[in-house]
Amino acid sequence: MNRINKKLQEDKKLLSIYFTAGYPTLNDTVSVIQNLEKSGVDMIEIGLPFSDPLADGPTIQASSTQALKNGMTTEVLFNQLKDIRQSVSIPLIIMGYFNPMLQYGVEAFCKKCQEIGVDGLIIPDLPVDVYNEEYKATFEKYGLINVFLITPQTSVERINFIDSISNGFIYMVSSASVTGSQSGFGDEQTKYFKRIADMNLKNPQVIGFGISDNTTFTQATQYAKGAIIGSAFIKHLSTKPVHSINDFVNFIVK
Amino acid sequence: MNYNVNEKGYYGEFGGAFIPEMLYPNVEELRQNYLKVMAEPEFQKEFNQLLKDYVGRPSPLYLAKRLSEKYNTKIYLKREDLNHTGAHKINNTVGQILMAKRLGKTRIIAETGAGQHGVATATVCALMGLECIVYMGEIDIARQAPNVARMKMLGATVVPALSGSRTLKDATNEAIRDWINNPVNTHYIIGSAIGPHPYPDMVTRFQAIISEEIKWQLKEHEGRENPDYVVACIGGGSNAAGTYYHYLHEPDVNIIAVEAAGLGVDSGESAATSVLGKEGVIHGCKTLLMQTPDGQITEPYSISAGLDYPGVGPMHAHLAKTGRAEFMSITDDQAMKAGLELCKLEGIIPAIESSHALAIFEQKTFKPNDVVVVSLSGRGDKDLQNYIEYFKI
Repeated sequence: MNRINKKLQEDKKLLSIYFTAGYPTLNDTVSVIQNLEKSGVDMIEIGLPFSDPLADGPTIQASSTQALKNGMTTEVLFNQLKDIRQSVSIPLIIMGYFNPMLQYGVEAFCKKCQEIGVDGLIIPDLPVDVYNEEYKATFEKYGLINVFLITPQTSVERINFIDSISNGFIYMVSSASVTGSQSGFGDEQTKYFKRIADMNLKNPQVIGFGISDNTTFTQATQYAKGAIIGSAFIKHLSTKPVHSINDFVNFIVK
Repeated sequence: MNYNVNEKGYYGEFGGAFIPEMLYPNVEELRQNYLKVMAEPEFQKEFNQLLKDYVGRPSPLYLAKRLSEKYNTKIYLKREDLNHTGAHKINNTVGQILMAKRLGKTRIIAETGAGQHGVATATVCALMGLECIVYMGEIDIARQAPNVARMKMLGATVVPALSGSRTLKDATNEAIRDWINNPVNTHYIIGSAIGPHPYPDMVTRFQAIISEEIKWQLKEHEGRENPDYVVACIGGGSNAAGTYYHYLHEPDVNIIAVEAAGLGVDSGESAATSVLGKEGVIHGCKTLLMQTPDGQITEPYSISAGLDYPGVGPMHAHLAKTGRAEFMSITDDQAMKAGLELCKLEGIIPAIESSHALAIFEQKTFKPNDVVVVSLSGRGDKDLQNYIEYFKI
């Protein structure tokens, strides 16, 4: 069974952390992953940096720009991760934009992910219908779970369609926003969280965007299986050493 | 061969809507409505009325006699430079502001590079009394101060794009982010024939008035609707799309697309996307795109701020790939020379973008009987500083 599915079956609320590969320095990727696992995080999203990250706010874009300056590329990332499964067993997801994958070759990319032991992908600008028609078979051939996003504006019909072609979890974007632009959840968001929870979808939901502390993590996981933190963690990494990741995780889950 | 968009939003293998889910409702709303709205007689009436009374259409089709004599062929200029605000950009912004109103939007956002599309957007927002926010790269704001002032006078808020390379592509990223953050009340007026479907097709249809007029105007001049050649410069490709539109399926009309070679196609400082680009995804569509082997989008260069976009509209990528259009590259020097030549021979100061299209006559020989229509997409007022510095006037 895919590590993501196995993790989702555990009877606990999941904390998933996003970080940008090659940030703050090029060779931090592996030690960030190892420290996150050691700190008790449940899932990791490894951000493959892109020059023009449309869905991301200033924090993640700045970390991507820095990572690219540091020399990060798809090939470098795959090399860094080549022995990662000798040291960690945590579910690993690569999150990135479609163009770098397209240039690497979608099939070659998926094959490499399987060889390394990457469990899933999140590609915000690969639309659901294009995935379904052109790439689903390839992802499945290499045992990869593709994770789709939904937002407060996503129609019920579309949520049901996304649920039908997903085989891991659904990434619930907490509000209409790019990453890192919210502080705290209001009534509107909790209503939306509840509305989706009540749909009883086949795939569990994990909430992302706007989770930055214990309060927002607790609010989100009241309605969903887990929550994803990105920008807040990148901010931590930008000023604190990699071995202090434990402090950040303790601050979130307490 | 079909050169128009298909029902799934593709021109051959190019196009589509590669957008994050956060943008899906906005783009889908537009996709479902744009053709319906454009077909409404009331919409058509209002659009055409504004083009006539406000923009000043039809723009003249002018036989450039002295230029024709010099190159021993028959050259007509489609005078988009005489439109209100000085370029073809206004055709599209008038169309899109009416579209936005029909869709009940109250807030308009736009991206701009040199500022021409920003000015055209700010203009129609003032006309309709809608809030207008224009994203512009921090570097472009410094380079294009007069257009920034124009937008402000017209009531727009100009927001600097501080991310990435701080130019047009980053301004586009910021506008897209704004749209993600404001999914209900906002319409995004994209200025070129780029972006996710239906934008390339919608922008092309609003610009198609250019070739629609050329047809009947040429009939008056020459007794025939079809020229032997239509020529336009291409950055994203909106004036080109409009100039070609009604000729795409007329095999006797040759199409020439002129890209900016910058300091030379192989110099590393160029914007000749059809030569240097590779298939990829930028700003929501699959097209030809200048990028690193690793798929990172690179920064193009041209002396002309309106042509230095790292991609090209998906329709043009298809025209390049199928060979329907002949693509030519013109350097900064060739364009500047052609621009000054038009001043001296015809008394017209062209935008540097349009000067690229005029520069092909030094590169390619036409027959004396050929009728060549060149889109003079904009006037050169905005480029005066560039001309002054280049020619040390």
